Amino acid sequence: MYESILNHPGNLFGQFERLRRELDDVFGVAALPSSIRSVAPGTLPAVNVGRTQSSVEIYAFAPGLDASKIEVTLDRGVLRIAGERASGIPADDPKLHVYSRERGTGSFSRAIALPDDIDPGQVTASYRDGVLNVSVARRESAQPKRITVQ
Amino acid sequence: MSDNMQVSRTGAAANTGAEQEQQRAVLPAVDVFEDAGGITLLADLPGVSKEQLELKVDGDALWIEGAVQALTPEGLEAVYAEVRVPRYRRSFTLSRELDAARIEANLKDGVLTLRIPKQAHAQPRRINVSTG
Repeated sequence: MYESILNHPGNLFGQFERLRRELDDVFGVAALPSSIRSVAPGTLPAVNVGRTQSSVEIYAFAPGLDASKIEVTLDRGVLRIAGERASGIPADDPKLHVYSRERGTGSFSRAIALPDDIDPGQVTASYRDGVLNVSVARRESAQPKRITVQ
Repeated sequence: MSDNMQVSRTGAAANTGAEQEQQRAVLPAVDVFEDAGGITLLADLPGVSKEQLELKVDGDALWIEGAVQALTPEGLEAVYAEVRVPRYRRSFTLSRELDAARIEANLKDGVLTLRIPKQAHAQPRRINVSTG
């Protein structure tokens, strides 16, 4: 999994994150139901999901990947995005001084449950500027129809 | 998306500074490392295109700012969003031995690579100790 700047020790954001968790505990927000596949806040790649009348659009913010090595699978209504990112820091230079290592490396996998009305036969995926966009068409029967009154 | 860009060098950042303060932005994750020739900075800016990236050097401050381009097709209704602030901003203080005029920037697949070379005279050299 990607590391997050939110989990960075000593970071001001980390302190905010702790405050947020404490507030969640106090006000009971943490007890609200969340998706069984949701991950800790700040885990990358971050995912946005949107819906249009004809499709479900998933955007995964996954910078610095090789597009051909991103694995997108759709199995029984669950979309899974998996990939791996190599470190940008040269590993074999003993004279290198590393000051900051916030960008997560390694393999990741995220799963998103899609609504029932999708058509698994019509899925397209594109990768641009570090954002993976998966577009899943919705079945025609699920699209709004205008009914003429006779 | 891997064209090289020139970093603009501005003397007066105050004119837009006040406006920028108003807009919320998140800190992008960075890797920073130094070798004998200079410092390399990698920043994760997913969703930022070359046109929407702004790099500025003002005095000894380096500013990185980028807006996430509108991804939304027409009629999109958000169902679930983890990226809610579509803007990244982070600044760094450069030190004197770095040559801000020769910064090279490259943006590819949402990762910004900045190479900040050291001034020629600041490159390490071995000092011979003479005995006598």
